[in-house]
Amino acid sequence: MSLDTIINVKKLYHHLNSAYEQNKTVSPLSEIAPTLSVDQAYQVQLLHVENALKQGKIVTGKKIGLTSKAMQTQLGVNEPDYGHLFDAMYLPNGASIQKEQVLQPKVEAEIAFKLSNDLKGPGITAFEVIQATEYIFPALEIIDSRIKNWQITLADTIADNASSGLYVLGDQPIRLTGIDLRQIAVTLYKNNEIVNTGVGIAALNHPAKCVAWLANKLAQYNLSLKAGEIILSGALSGATAAQPRDAYKAKFSELGEVSVHFE
Amino acid sequence: MEMTQVKKLADYVHQAEKEKREITKITSNLYPSLTIDEAYLIQEQLILDKKNEGLRIIGPKMGITSKAKMKQMNVDNPIYGFVFDRMVIEEDEQISMADYIHPKIEPEIGFILKKDLYGDDITVEEVLNATKYVFPAVEVIDSRYENFNFTLPDVIADNTSAAGAIFGYKMSDPNSLALDVLGASIKINGEVKAFGTGAAVLGHPAESIARLAQMLFKKGKAVKANEPILTGGMTEAIMLHAGDLVEVDFGQLGHLSFSVTP
Repeated sequence: MSLDTIINVKKLYHHLNSAYEQNKTVSPLSEIAPTLSVDQAYQVQLLHVENALKQGKIVTGKKIGLTSKAMQTQLGVNEPDYGHLFDAMYLPNGASIQKEQVLQPKVEAEIAFKLSNDLKGPGITAFEVIQATEYIFPALEIIDSRIKNWQITLADTIADNASSGLYVLGDQPIRLTGIDLRQIAVTLYKNNEIVNTGVGIAALNHPAKCVAWLANKLAQYNLSLKAGEIILSGALSGATAAQPRDAYKAKFSELGEVSVHFE
Repeated sequence: MEMTQVKKLADYVHQAEKEKREITKITSNLYPSLTIDEAYLIQEQLILDKKNEGLRIIGPKMGITSKAKMKQMNVDNPIYGFVFDRMVIEEDEQISMADYIHPKIEPEIGFILKKDLYGDDITVEEVLNATKYVFPAVEVIDSRYENFNFTLPDVIADNTSAAGAIFGYKMSDPNSLALDVLGASIKINGEVKAFGTGAAVLGHPAESIARLAQMLFKKGKAVKANEPILTGGMTEAIMLHAGDLVEVDFGQLGHLSFSVTP
């Protein structure tokens, strides 16, 4: 890595971090560094992770983004991206979200995986993910962007920890036995009105394929998915913007419900 | 059998597999007296050669598990081989004829164990108690021998015709289903081509795992946990052709479908 790149990555990290520190959005990184590559963007994200760990935060898992054709088309990409989940991002089912916990939140319904075994790529298949899954949970992901008005390019969202915010898991861990995740349907309600629907097949044809993608992607950096980690496998429904006092609920076939509301 | 001969014969079938070309069975001229034990030595060498080329074993597979096939081959015991990573076909992929010589498919019930099974007198009940999941699977067999014409030692040496496997993503609890009365059917372009039940596999697919344990026990090995195991065909094998739309229905266990390209 050239000295230029190191400085650039650090500078971009500090730019993004000021959004966390001052609790307000910042201008897109792509304006400051128009040539920011995907690899450099992941370096910015990893610097964020290193600093979070130094502050005593704990990585609880990963999230996969851009798993739907619609989102990939919107950003002009043909593969997903990923970010890190920290302990402070987890919320129990039915929790309320304080205004200062978010900047410009959007809500998505997803299936979360909890692994019983490590998964190390390359060559991991969806079948191996299913074998290595201890439980799944119905989940809501509150995605958020530190970038003003969600004016993101692919590099922006990767650098910004894949636009992760908070996540809510259902109360009951569910074994995969007898469940075909492709056929799991979800309806997302906002203030008791339907705002989105989705089906498991929307996430790369099978949510476990998203997890397999991640295991193989991490192998490029000599990293693996670890037993006990929570993996948010990607949105089944489109994201809808949340306002204060909005109440969200996702009803999944076979998996139950999960809800959250904004103060 | 001399080690050089074992290596030579393993290479004979391995090259045929890699080059997707038919060969004359080993027992016709090359080594007519080939025994079952010698055939497994050749298979072990073949597996070693594959591993040395960077391939990884995914799990074991059983062959000659039906009464009809046992009678045809004039044997009392099933045989086993191994599925490698490169043979795995993801559920939403197509099957390409170009990857094989003369592929046939069989519907099978797959097992994943939660603990190793080691012993020569394991019962069906013990297998079921040690099973984490069962799942629908389709095996692609592609004997490297001309017209699938082989003796039992020939097919053992040829890794029991292992060539491809689709492991279904839907997992079921083995105790929630009567696996011996569970049916499977193969439809090609809308026409039913074959059907059978779990009982066609040695009376019960779990018996196939018990027999695998017995055979591996003789070699001091266990049937391992966390590997998908193919227990054997529930119907006769059906030949594939380019343009086929194949639908395999396993009732409560699930459903697999794929198309066949040239």
